[in-house]
Amino acid sequence: MNHLSRVAISSLLFVAWPLAHAADGQAIFNKGGANPAAMACMGCHGPDGKGIAAAGFPRLAGLPAGYLAKQLHDFRQGSRKQAVMEPLAKALDDAEIEAVSSYLAQLPSDAVPDLRRQQIATDPTARLALYGDWSRQVPGCVQCHGPGGSGVGEHFPPLAHQPAAYLVAQLQAWRDGSRSNDPNQLMVGVAKALSESEIQAVANYFAQPAAQEATP
Amino acid sequence: MKALLPLLLMSAASAQAAPVVMPDQSQLKVPGVQAVPQFVPPAESAIPDNAFGQMVREGHALFVDTRRLMPDAVGNGMNCSNCHLDQGRMAHSAPLWGAYPMYPAYRKKNDKVNTFAERIQGCFQFSMNGRPPAAESRQMTALSVYSYWLSTQAPTGVEIAGRGYPEVPQPAAGYDFKRGQQVYSEQCAICHGKEGEGQKVAGEYVMPPLWGKDSYNWGAGMHRINTAASFIKYNMPLGRPGSLSDQQAWDVAAWINRHERPQDPRLVQGSIEKTRLKFHANDGVNLYGQKVDGVLIGQGSGS
Repeated sequence: MNHLSRVAISSLLFVAWPLAHAADGQAIFNKGGANPAAMACMGCHGPDGKGIAAAGFPRLAGLPAGYLAKQLHDFRQGSRKQAVMEPLAKALDDAEIEAVSSYLAQLPSDAVPDLRRQQIATDPTARLALYGDWSRQVPGCVQCHGPGGSGVGEHFPPLAHQPAAYLVAQLQAWRDGSRSNDPNQLMVGVAKALSESEIQAVANYFAQPAAQEATP
Repeated sequence: MKALLPLLLMSAASAQAAPVVMPDQSQLKVPGVQAVPQFVPPAESAIPDNAFGQMVREGHALFVDTRRLMPDAVGNGMNCSNCHLDQGRMAHSAPLWGAYPMYPAYRKKNDKVNTFAERIQGCFQFSMNGRPPAAESRQMTALSVYSYWLSTQAPTGVEIAGRGYPEVPQPAAGYDFKRGQQVYSEQCAICHGKEGEGQKVAGEYVMPPLWGKDSYNWGAGMHRINTAASFIKYNMPLGRPGSLSDQQAWDVAAWINRHERPQDPRLVQGSIEKTRLKFHANDGVNLYGQKVDGVLIGQGSGS
């Protein structure tokens, strides 16, 4: 972009800004949105946004803004069902969703172990997580969610440092249809192919990421 | 003439009236999908705990993390396991157990009888756009040992069901870039990026780039639309193979392979036209050296 167009765009933003609803992401996170039904995120997701593992409330800190905004829109519109989040998301307006998503995305999160696929997995859970089970057309979790479940881009959220109970609940929600907002139905097929004990095991695998980089 | 025979068989099998020569690059053929794969490679738990087993593990590590572990040999963003799914185990995904037992074999691509090591070197030169490790190197031994181990109890010299990528006959109406672009943006871009750029985490590709300087080069088998269509039809989108129609597979393969990628390392005297005549004119369906929308394809991107 050349200098002139940059100037032009910034002045446009400057002019347009006061017209837009000036939502403050940090304020929404700490105190809630303009509508009182939009409660403060930190109440359930923790003061640092890293979630409350014991309660299964998910980590939001460091998740991609696009992913977070999509989830809030999907709670509003019903393709992701959750009793607490649905009314809450409906109480946020579009600008508030944008603002709080951007705020959450830049919150610091814990490092993800650099766990590569290069070891031969003999443990069935590690095998599922790293390589999948192609007899059922199940890709390895890390093939889309990145090494150690770090997350990839805005469509494949981190699995690392999410509470096991949250990951279990999501896989179950895809199975029972209460969550159907996955792009290209990528998760529905996977979730339906997994057994209940596999869901538990693989959720624990990512909730407590092993620290070792395996050597062949 | 001997080399031509399989080409004739291939075209007969595809039963296409179109004036398209579809030579395989070798004397090797790929059984159709109607042949149900029976072969099961050994389980990981069967790897012996000895020097041989250690080489199997080394070869496996190189196979799935090639780019990171072999930076001198890989010149782009690809891993072996990008084109050979499930660690080289999956049927219809050019499994190693379907390849290893077929070598040594004559390949038209370099007009000689190739050892298995030479075949792997071809992957490094073209699909990985790199510098192949020496045939007697430890890395090449490890990759061969891993392939050999996966082929345990496979018959040698038999075109076993599930080897290669099953051929997808070219649709009667050919292919269409615009439709391919649409399939791409709906089904592929979520992982491979809007511009085929792939996606990285911490500087390393998680989803491979499909064109551009970090993708396979103009000499790779995957640059043929027919080969890419076969791969796509039976392997993509990841976890949902067979979900695209033959037409969609051809359309999206054409869209992907009309984009620039690293130059064919066999470039003849700096001439795209000479390279086309020597290596591409009779190599399946490909766009190298042709004009699309007035733009010459095959100029290469980066290096």
